[in-house]
Amino acid sequence: MSFEIDVEKRLGDTRVSLTLDAGEGATVLFGPSGVGKSSVLNMVAGLLRPDRGRIAIDGETLFGDGVDIPPERRRAGYVFQEARLFPHMRVRANLLYGVRGEAERFEDIIGFLGIGHLLDRWPRTLSGGEAQRVAIGRALLSQPRFLLLDEPLSSLDRARREEIMLAIEHVRDVLKLPILMVTHDPEEAERIGNRVVRM
Amino acid sequence: MLDAAEWGIVALSLKVGGVAMLVTLPVAFALAWLLARVSFPGKVIVDAAIHLPLVVPPVVTGWLLLLAFGPNGPIGAWLQDWFGITVLFRWTGAAIAAGVMALPLMVRAMRISIEAVDRRLENAARTLGAGPWRVFWTLTLPLSIPGVLAGAVLGFARSIGEFGATITFVSNVPGETQTLPLAIYSALQQPGADAMVWRLSCVSVGLSLVALIASELLTRRAGRGLHVL
Repeated sequence: MSFEIDVEKRLGDTRVSLTLDAGEGATVLFGPSGVGKSSVLNMVAGLLRPDRGRIAIDGETLFGDGVDIPPERRRAGYVFQEARLFPHMRVRANLLYGVRGEAERFEDIIGFLGIGHLLDRWPRTLSGGEAQRVAIGRALLSQPRFLLLDEPLSSLDRARREEIMLAIEHVRDVLKLPILMVTHDPEEAERIGNRVVRM
Repeated sequence: MLDAAEWGIVALSLKVGGVAMLVTLPVAFALAWLLARVSFPGKVIVDAAIHLPLVVPPVVTGWLLLLAFGPNGPIGAWLQDWFGITVLFRWTGAAIAAGVMALPLMVRAMRISIEAVDRRLENAARTLGAGPWRVFWTLTLPLSIPGVLAGAVLGFARSIGEFGATITFVSNVPGETQTLPLAIYSALQQPGADAMVWRLSCVSVGLSLVALIASELLTRRAGRGLHVL
């Protein structure tokens, strides 16, 4: 499983440009805010259209050469900076929103994320760390081919960060999903990334 | 208390207002969604055209409706030829006038509530495999429902109060097009009907007040979905 990304996009006065060819494990996009790291993730997810370039996962073109697969068919597991849980659905409905695959995966995933006791809660009653774990669970349950993480730890305190960090390492090492993660924290970049790309 | 004739006027007003609101609702929602979520050439003009009934003298709107729905008008002739019906001097015509006048208010309220739905949530849903229709039914609509209802209630209240376009378009026919404001207007022309004017005016103010309060309460829920009601 590999990412091939070669994109360019003008956003206001900023020109976002990245060329990247990454294999298994976690690839971290590292750099200060405002250089367009999140925009790259949005382009990979199909939420933002590059001005030019190509995006391919495992040899399959998602964008470029006349192809532009809509986000709902890219099978990206996207975890945003804010959890973005749907406020009018309980945790269980949030988790099941994009579900693919069998029931035992559900038990596995809520098990290792430790969110089984939250299923009947409303998102607004969750702490930041709980919400982010639910968001990771929701993304994983959609049976993604790869995971996009946009500063998933930035809104959390130290203790919560460690929880989420362990969950991400589990996804990387046990579930073996390729990860593309954005961060501006060198420590996170070092710990999660099998390779770090500076932007 | 109201006498039988006055109750009839109130009932007719509720019927006209209710039908006007129900028929206008889907149109208003579609227009609100279009204005809130789609960019297209000429959007400014569409936006302005929708708001015209709010600023054009109602008598002009009524006259334009008369041209369109009259026996020689494009819609009137079509209704007559195909269905053998006319809306002139009928309560259905009063509902059309009320609906047209209520449209801009309904579109405004609904548009604001659709715009208040966080697009980042919609994007998250797309990445989870939901196509545009599923996103609409599972997120945009449920999260904007309070604003949609607020707009509907506001439109209903506006419909009940409609006067200028109605009297121009379908005249003031007791039992058919004579809604509350038209009945009050008629009573004002008669000597000794002061008590009736008072009673009907009180009903008007009461209905409007209830609708405005309901609409305001619903608007405050916009963007958070009905589950918090």
